[in-house]
Amino acid sequence: MRYSIFSLARNALSYHEHWPLAWRSPAPKARYDAIIIGGGGHGLATAYYLAKEHALSNIAVLEKSWLGGGNTGRNTTIVRSNYHLDPNAHFYEFSLKLWESLSQELNFNVMYSARGVLNLVHSPADMDASIRRGNAMRLNGIDAKFLTRDEIARWIPNLDCSPEARFPIHGGLLQPRGGTVRHDAVAWGYARAADALGVDVIQQCEVTGIRIDRGAIQGVETTQGFITTTKLGIAVAGHSGHVAAMAGLRLPIESHVLQAMVSEPVKPVLNTVVTSGAVHFYISQSDKGELVMGGDLDFYNSYAQRGNLPAIELVVSACLALFPSFGRLKLMRTWGGIMDMTMDGSPIIAKLPVKGLTMSGGWCYGGFKATPASGWLHAYTIARDEPHPLNAAFTLERFAEGGMIDEKGAGPYAWAH
Amino acid sequence: MTQAFRLPTGGIIDRSRPLRFEFDGTAYEGYAGDTLASALLANGVHLVARSFKYHRPRGILCSGSDEPNALLQLDRGARTEPNVRATTQELFDGLIAASQNRWPSLRFDVGAINNALSRLLPAGFYYKTFMWPPTPRWWLRYEHFIRRAAGIGRSATAPDPDRYEHQYAHCDVLVIGGGPAGLAAARAAAHAGARVIVCDENPAFGGDLRGMNDDSANIDGKACATWIDEAVRDLSDSADVTLLTRTTAFGYYDGNLVALSERVADHLAAPLAHMPRQRMWKVRAGTVVLASGAHERGIAYAGNDLPGTLLAGAARTYIDRHAVRPGSRAVVFTNNDSAYAAALSLSRAGIAIGAIVDAREDSELTGALAVRAREHGIRIVSGSMVPAAHGSKRVTAVDIESLSGGRGTRVDCDLVCVSGGWNPAVHLFSQARGSLRYDESLAAFVPERSPLAIVAAGGVNGCSDVGGALADGHAAGLNAAAKAGFRGPASYAAPHAEPVAPGRLRPLWSVPARDRSGKRFVDLQNDVTVSDIALAVREGYESVEHLKRYTTLGMGTDQGKTSNIVGLALLAEQLHRPISAVGTTTFRPPYTPVTLGAYPGEEAGAHLEPTRYSAMHDWHVAHGARFINAGLWRRAHSYPRAGETPDDAANREAKNVRTNVGLVDVSTLGKIELQGNDVAEFLNRVYINRWDTLAVGRCRYGVMLRDDGMVLDDGTTSRLADSHYLMTTTTVNAVEVMQHLEALLQIDWPELDVYLTSVTEQWSAAALSGPKAREVLAAVVDIDVSNAAFPFLAVGTCTVRGAAGPMPARLFRMSYSGELAYEIHVPADRGRATWEALLAAGARYGIMPYGTEAMSTLRIEKGHVVIGPEADGRTTADDLGMGKLVNAAKWCVGKPLLSRPALIAPDRWQLVGLTALDGAVMPRGAKIVADPDHALPNPMLGHVTSWCWSPNLESWIALALVANGRARHGETLWAVSPLADAKARVRVRIGPPTFIDPDGERLRG
Amino acid sequence: MLLIPCPWCGPRNQLEFTYGGDATVKRPLPDAPMKTWLEFVYLRDNPRGPHQELWHHSAGCRQWFKVLRDTQTHDILASGRADEALPGATA
Repeated sequence: MRYSIFSLARNALSYHEHWPLAWRSPAPKARYDAIIIGGGGHGLATAYYLAKEHALSNIAVLEKSWLGGGNTGRNTTIVRSNYHLDPNAHFYEFSLKLWESLSQELNFNVMYSARGVLNLVHSPADMDASIRRGNAMRLNGIDAKFLTRDEIARWIPNLDCSPEARFPIHGGLLQPRGGTVRHDAVAWGYARAADALGVDVIQQCEVTGIRIDRGAIQGVETTQGFITTTKLGIAVAGHSGHVAAMAGLRLPIESHVLQAMVSEPVKPVLNTVVTSGAVHFYISQSDKGELVMGGDLDFYNSYAQRGNLPAIELVVSACLALFPSFGRLKLMRTWGGIMDMTMDGSPIIAKLPVKGLTMSGGWCYGGFKATPASGWLHAYTIARDEPHPLNAAFTLERFAEGGMIDEKGAGPYAWAH
Repeated sequence: MTQAFRLPTGGIIDRSRPLRFEFDGTAYEGYAGDTLASALLANGVHLVARSFKYHRPRGILCSGSDEPNALLQLDRGARTEPNVRATTQELFDGLIAASQNRWPSLRFDVGAINNALSRLLPAGFYYKTFMWPPTPRWWLRYEHFIRRAAGIGRSATAPDPDRYEHQYAHCDVLVIGGGPAGLAAARAAAHAGARVIVCDENPAFGGDLRGMNDDSANIDGKACATWIDEAVRDLSDSADVTLLTRTTAFGYYDGNLVALSERVADHLAAPLAHMPRQRMWKVRAGTVVLASGAHERGIAYAGNDLPGTLLAGAARTYIDRHAVRPGSRAVVFTNNDSAYAAALSLSRAGIAIGAIVDAREDSELTGALAVRAREHGIRIVSGSMVPAAHGSKRVTAVDIESLSGGRGTRVDCDLVCVSGGWNPAVHLFSQARGSLRYDESLAAFVPERSPLAIVAAGGVNGCSDVGGALADGHAAGLNAAAKAGFRGPASYAAPHAEPVAPGRLRPLWSVPARDRSGKRFVDLQNDVTVSDIALAVREGYESVEHLKRYTTLGMGTDQGKTSNIVGLALLAEQLHRPISAVGTTTFRPPYTPVTLGAYPGEEAGAHLEPTRYSAMHDWHVAHGARFINAGLWRRAHSYPRAGETPDDAANREAKNVRTNVGLVDVSTLGKIELQGNDVAEFLNRVYINRWDTLAVGRCRYGVMLRDDGMVLDDGTTSRLADSHYLMTTTTVNAVEVMQHLEALLQIDWPELDVYLTSVTEQWSAAALSGPKAREVLAAVVDIDVSNAAFPFLAVGTCTVRGAAGPMPARLFRMSYSGELAYEIHVPADRGRATWEALLAAGARYGIMPYGTEAMSTLRIEKGHVVIGPEADGRTTADDLGMGKLVNAAKWCVGKPLLSRPALIAPDRWQLVGLTALDGAVMPRGAKIVADPDHALPNPMLGHVTSWCWSPNLESWIALALVANGRARHGETLWAVSPLADAKARVRVRIGPPTFIDPDGERLRG
Repeated sequence: MLLIPCPWCGPRNQLEFTYGGDATVKRPLPDAPMKTWLEFVYLRDNPRGPHQELWHHSAGCRQWFKVLRDTQTHDILASGRADEALPGATA
């Protein structure tokens, strides 16, 4: 059933008792033409684009738990393409373009809210770097605007723009088309759309082994039995290293916990996304009214979806340094997600050195906004058995070749990105 | 207005202390000991809020921190606070509260149109619509209105005037919850000799017993209140016990660290002068006793959200503890015995009871309380339910029907007391990685086991009577103390109360709908109904996490304390699975919302991060310096004179260095002393260039790489004595470099005899620079500084003569500006005196202090790279033109990976110098392109890394990284900055990065 | 909040330490082949379970040392000097 105001009204007449399942719950078949491990946004998007763009019909997504239960449902919902380095800029801009029409594409309102992403500048050196980045964006055809301190103060009155601030605001780089997307809706929208194209979305099916013969994928062992396939895509951010190890691979990835948090809901106080590199902090206000915030990693390897107090204290300290009037609001919920931190801060969307095996992972902090492009390009790479120009740089081999894509210049320390 | 609904006697309120307060502009009075909720009820105010989605009238449901409805906006101005639970806010004189989420008024709220339209707004309706017209702009328009309708209270607009602090504490046993179980546990542990901290979120200890008027219950033969007083006195008499009231344990973290939020002054109009508003405790506990009790839950029936609906336990609390009459004619609806205690309280307070409607059959009503109620002559309608309540802004009647069907009756009432059972407050147990077990007899999840040192006791374990809670608490306290090694005297006896045999509970989550008109609420805060849950399941949102996210069940400020289990049970019903198989959602901190201001504590505002100042800082301030942040340091940017802009000043300062002499504060440079027999070998391994040839009394420039081959840092290292060296690092990397060197020495090369000491803070440093530097220096030092005696790169010690007497100094002949220059290092406390001595001696040579901006101009003119702009973490030494420094004969950190193909490719971005042509101004942050009119994306050949107006060359110059730049010397390209101006473009000529004195004659002269 | 047992100072709050990552990767000898260097710099086992890692007591004794910590539970299983093998560690 197509979703629209008309179907909503029609179903209201029958007390919403005739809405169909958003997706089926099929039992796994013995064989698929392609299997994607990971039922988050990335895996579901990959399956969707495989079915839609590449006319594969016999596809399964295997999810060990529930759809969207990993980082898709745990992030701070920000989408943007304000990158300095060319491969990142082109990739994330492709993603942002897909976001712009994704609600209509999926017939599921993912609430892409182009409310702008403002990156604050706190020092002259910061200013140089921001303008350089803004110029790179503009030359790459991406929207970018520089705002002066006075313009920011007028636009966001509760931001502390005084020169006495510990890290005074000198200005900011705005990407007007950046914004937020309703995170859960992305997983659900892709799941429903993929299901409609015949993809088997199988929950509670954990992959426990990868069968390889003579360097080629034969299938996967799962908690629901062995399934044959020759094309296997890994989209399990946070757990990429763990799953790749089943194929005998070591990755330039460490898993770290990143916490996020929301305040209690209040009436609108912040109409854009504000980020700050100097105090490493990002904040937006959800449509429900909660302030959604995040900052740095906890800084130790972790597969636990929870963290400790210091990281939360740093985030809230940064929040109140920028927004002193939020001090009497209350923190309502904190949680953690597992980040696939690569050694250069950029993802890996590539063929792996086993025939038929590909991955899209290593998202560091940036996975959510990449979801549509990651799925699209991962699907392309699986279907064509070669990367698209947009993901050609995001290989596993780039480290051996010296072609790191190190946006921050932080070096081969996973937690530094 | 008088307190018309205050009972004439009873309660633990202080009738001698009336307190005035205001709600929605109307003045009321309450008493000390009231909560805002009890004071409102004492004045007959039941309608206090509008619900989140449908704007339905809402009253007070609970009497504690589980309240979903009664969220009010407190106070005005900078101290205003949204979403304050009326049920936990203590009343104070002058309190001002207002209802939220309504317009224009609470009684007449336009938003209630949503209730009329609610059929169009089922769970998740927004995922299905607002997609047309199909442009992002349209969603922004819809969203504008959705956002305005959402949210509850309002944020302050002025900075929070209050202060918050943090407190660390350690104890053997932390007891969370000071009810009967918690007090018994604390006493048992304390008497065993353990250090104990007890916290309770309420203003006083006693838990559910506090103020309860139940003559049948006694502990050790005493009234409950007497026993509580004695227990608290006993605990407070012990030096090893800390008692914390108004303190919520909100988060359980690794290492048995429990975070507590103490509301020090929230019961006052404003904190007293010496008080923080709140204090966050971080308690490292040997063992935690979780005695957090249980939350009562409701039953979903049509109209179960009408004002006048209270949980039965809450009704009892308001009557007994606060002497409030919450209604005049009540109906009690229950499936368990606990509501009978409420009924007895109602009856004692003279409130007529229309009926107790009990879902259980008559034969099941064997519990002691039920028997007593029957003895009191209260009408019990067993095997029945309340399918619907009626009323608009207050309940006026309920229907009563047999569970087995048949015609119902309608009973008038203005109060419905509901109990659907109790949910143990297992939140912290779950946060402590504890597993939960679904207990069929309680119809609730109870703690099973945790791998950590946490023990549950009392209501959280499902104890429903005082006797059971005491015994369980006592045992938990002994157990916790024993885990910490205290096995204490056996003489201390467990407190005793007669156990009360509970009747069995009959699970009843929702009442079958008679028709589709009434809404049966599960989550009152987020307006989630039974049909929303059914819809979610129908559409395939079957996982408990999907249900939560799709319907927003349990995602409000109450985090589903009253609603989650009901929602899970209904989900299980829909799926035809046992509740235990459905499981719970994850319990996340904080247990109740915690004020944001409490998290930073004192590390807020100016103290967000430490601020570092050099020993000369006060001099810079006194002489009009403008400052900038450099890492955590404050550094002088320039010293503008009257009429000068900072940039004018920097140009003057830079020019003066080239013509006369200048002095700059370089104390912020990282300084590391290295001693030991293997320092030269160590330096050989960490720097790209060679160090075993450095003689005593000489220094050398060095570059360090990361393990991936990229430039990490640069600086000079001096050999002060045979096995004593001093390394300088960049200001921003000082900490990182020290850590890097320590890691190499301790982890990789422990066999090297090298000792490191950071001495950044111990030494002040100033750089004296310019053609007249030698004359100035000679005037203040006691050694020969002629070029022959103290040549370029010489290092020595000397004494600086100044007004404050002679000062021992280290002297270095090194140059960053490209001029004849010296660095003078003195012990930090002599920094200012030395600085002033140099300036005094330099006066006749035209000396001027210069700041970081002039320093930057000078180094750009000289082509010196900076870590950050040029060495941006993606550049190799060769990119920066320092490939020659990489010694071919030796190994160093980072060298093995330098031969990777992409790092030696011909199109690498290399350091070049740029000169702006046509008299143009070099734009900030410019990119280098071949054709500024190229269609987008326009390929970038490089970017400007640093640029300045060169007062010495009288043109705009820059350093830049340009693809294959070294081969392009002499070429002309374009610098563009479309961010500032899409049309702006500057022709730039590429050349070597050194603009001044390329052969270094000045610095050697 | 992690309670990290510094082998020199005893258990201390997480805030006093800086993380240093996987302790099982060993710096190769200078003449090791490129492949060995690449593995040292870039590749990690990243285990879900016990993980040997380096911590630096940066606000304390300034010593780097090893900790065996479970990455699923955050439980700390052992700690020891940088140059000694940890009990219970597999690599």
